[in-house]
Amino acid sequence: MLLNIKSLHVAINGKEIIKGLNLGVNQGEVHAIMGPNGTGKSTLAAAITGREGYEITQGEIWFKGRNIIGMPAEERANEGIFLSFQYPVEIPGVSMTNFMRTALNAQREYRGLPSIPAGEFLKMMEEKKNLVEIHSKLTNRSVNEGFSGGEKKKNEIFQMAMLQPSLAILDETDSGLDIDALKVVAKGVNELRSNDNAFIVITHYQRLLDFIVPDFVHVLYDGKIVKSGGKNLALELEEKGYEWIKEQYQATSEL
Amino acid sequence: MNNNPLVEEISLDEMLVRHFETHFDFISSNDIPSVSALRKVAMKQFLTTGFPSGSDEKWRNTEIEALTEEHFNYYLEPNEPERDIEDMFRCEVHNFDTEIISMLNGWYLNSNDRITILPNGVVYGSLRQAMKQFPELVEKYYGKIGDITSNGFVSINTAMVQDGVFVYVPDGVEAEKTIQIIKMIDRRESLFVQSRNLIILGKNSKLSLMHCDDSINHFISLINTVSEVYVGENAHFELYKLQNLNNQSGLVNSTFIQQEANSTIKTNTLTFNCGMIRNNINVDLQGENSHADVLGLYLMDKKQHIDNQIYINHNAPHCSSNEKFKGILDDEASAVFNGYIHVARNAQKTNAYQNNNNILLKPTATINTMPFLEIYADDVKCSHGATVGQLDQEAMFYLRSRGISSGNARLLLMYAFAADIINQISIEPLRQRIDDMVKKRLRGELSVCEKCVLHCGMPEKEYHFDIDMSKL
Ligand SMILES: Nc1ncnc2c1ncn2[C@@H]1O[C@H](COP(=O)(O)OP(=O)(O)OP(=O)(O)O)[C@@H](O)[C@H]1O
Ligand SMILES: [Mg+2]
Repeated sequence: MLLNIKSLHVAINGKEIIKGLNLGVNQGEVHAIMGPNGTGKSTLAAAITGREGYEITQGEIWFKGRNIIGMPAEERANEGIFLSFQYPVEIPGVSMTNFMRTALNAQREYRGLPSIPAGEFLKMMEEKKNLVEIHSKLTNRSVNEGFSGGEKKKNEIFQMAMLQPSLAILDETDSGLDIDALKVVAKGVNELRSNDNAFIVITHYQRLLDFIVPDFVHVLYDGKIVKSGGKNLALELEEKGYEWIKEQYQATSEL
Repeated sequence: MNNNPLVEEISLDEMLVRHFETHFDFISSNDIPSVSALRKVAMKQFLTTGFPSGSDEKWRNTEIEALTEEHFNYYLEPNEPERDIEDMFRCEVHNFDTEIISMLNGWYLNSNDRITILPNGVVYGSLRQAMKQFPELVEKYYGKIGDITSNGFVSINTAMVQDGVFVYVPDGVEAEKTIQIIKMIDRRESLFVQSRNLIILGKNSKLSLMHCDDSINHFISLINTVSEVYVGENAHFELYKLQNLNNQSGLVNSTFIQQEANSTIKTNTLTFNCGMIRNNINVDLQGENSHADVLGLYLMDKKQHIDNQIYINHNAPHCSSNEKFKGILDDEASAVFNGYIHVARNAQKTNAYQNNNNILLKPTATINTMPFLEIYADDVKCSHGATVGQLDQEAMFYLRSRGISSGNARLLLMYAFAADIINQISIEPLRQRIDDMVKKRLRGELSVCEKCVLHCGMPEKEYHFDIDMSKL
């Protein structure tokens, strides 16, 4: 199993947000995670990627056979975990080019490879930019600075394409995108998709899942996965909302 | 003249006053009469004020007594260099060809050839020689641009200084090469060092000047420099100050600039290292349509202290000024930034901008930043702002989540912060070299070294970050 999360509990400032979550992801799979606002989806992503301030009070996160709890964020990234941020961060003064080159070389160094030659790097930048249909000279601009909402999301997928992770977590990459941009994001994902890697797609909308077809759909509620199913579950949620899930959950937890 | 310092354990100010009284004739032996006269006025002033102290409003945040109460030696004649001079002052920055002026312990070094006149008419040389060869010019400007009573350091400098740099760019001449003043302090004892620079730009002229203050050993020194710069009509002046002294030393640097109509200046004060630094920069915008960029970057750590006092005086209409200082403070370093903007009653259509941004890397680092605006005209645009913060934690995580080590992520963010100032260096080879030095400094690899700071470390070897900064 690529990722195996066992009875995970995560607290922020002493408040428990994730309350015993189990999730297994194999290579080649796409898992969608849905669920009402504020139920812990981004928190889960933060815990997997090693963000500080997210305290793992219980449980284990296994990635490629190692328990990664306590591993620094950059090492997880270099092991192949990528997060497309729900809110990408603007970093004035750091150019996209420099940022990507530093990231790519950090990854290569981690894997015992030499730095990427400049020519090869620029070619790769160009290629991936085209893949996500970034037409402007985004690359010479500061990271996300002054990017529109849609551009920021495309930029996340661009970075994913550059770094070619084995596990990509997309946190609401579809929100705020027009239909064309949505297709571009989906194209970026589908291009990378292979039998060796996996995706966790956090979304509120079934629409994205028309383009990135998931193998599993999970509903996160109250810090746990309360329901899992196939791609049809997303359709059902779209139609019926979350009330019935909440009712089911409350009924079972009262038992 | 005996060349031994007074050996009794008396305080610095007492020693200086005693020197003045005993050796006035010697001290003033190269003077033109107006300079000698100023000495007396200045000494009178010094006798009433002494060195500034914490009880002076404008020195409240800088404990200058820690230095002025130290014991120093003061020489009235140059001392013999203690090591190979050629090597020390060699400053070869690739593609950056400068006219080098070497000053050792405050004295002009090229003693045989104290005034150089370039084919285009630019004159540079030792101030004491200039008093002989260009007495009218010295008389016209010396002590007229700076307020010699503004504080005890300026007074004592005016009273006793014996040497310094003189530069004259005649009307209509554009100096092609940058003039680089390299000031080294190197002596196996503690020194109090003074020097005085007089820079004159005629109408429609142009000059860029670099002023490097370095120390190359670890003895305590206190350097007191006063520079007066006259920028004639439609003249353009750039000044790069590089400060890299040891952690024990103190530097008090007072720069007075007067600008005539349609002139522009840009000063960039880059502080890499020094125990205690006080930079006083005073710009008088005297003529209409003149513009001043007053920029600075300070990178301090350990127990270092920097105090930047910037005075921009808008004395004529339609002038603009842009003041921007940025600092990164680590460990227990402390900084003071006071930006004074004074707009005179007739200085309508003034545009004055001031900004001071700071990053404190540790909670033990401190900054005291304060604007002082005095505006007497009514049609004025004036803005000021100051920020104090830590490295952006969101940005840190974003970078690390892409595999960049926390060390490199910090460097990237600190560098991005500083780049703003570095990018305003208009001489490209110099910009690149400073860029390298900043990276080196941020990694803690720049130290007080054996040579001109631009040459520090391994000049033959291009300095590389893990990151390719040229792509920024
Ligand atoms: N830094 C924080 N400090 C305190 N509480 C936090 C913090 N981050 C998240 N929370 C809380 O944790 C809970 C889960 O937040 P999270 O962002 O994981 O929700 P989400 O499922 O991603 O929601 P959405 O669909 O709106 O993005 C919320 O109640 C939120 O307010
Ligand atoms: Mg979220």
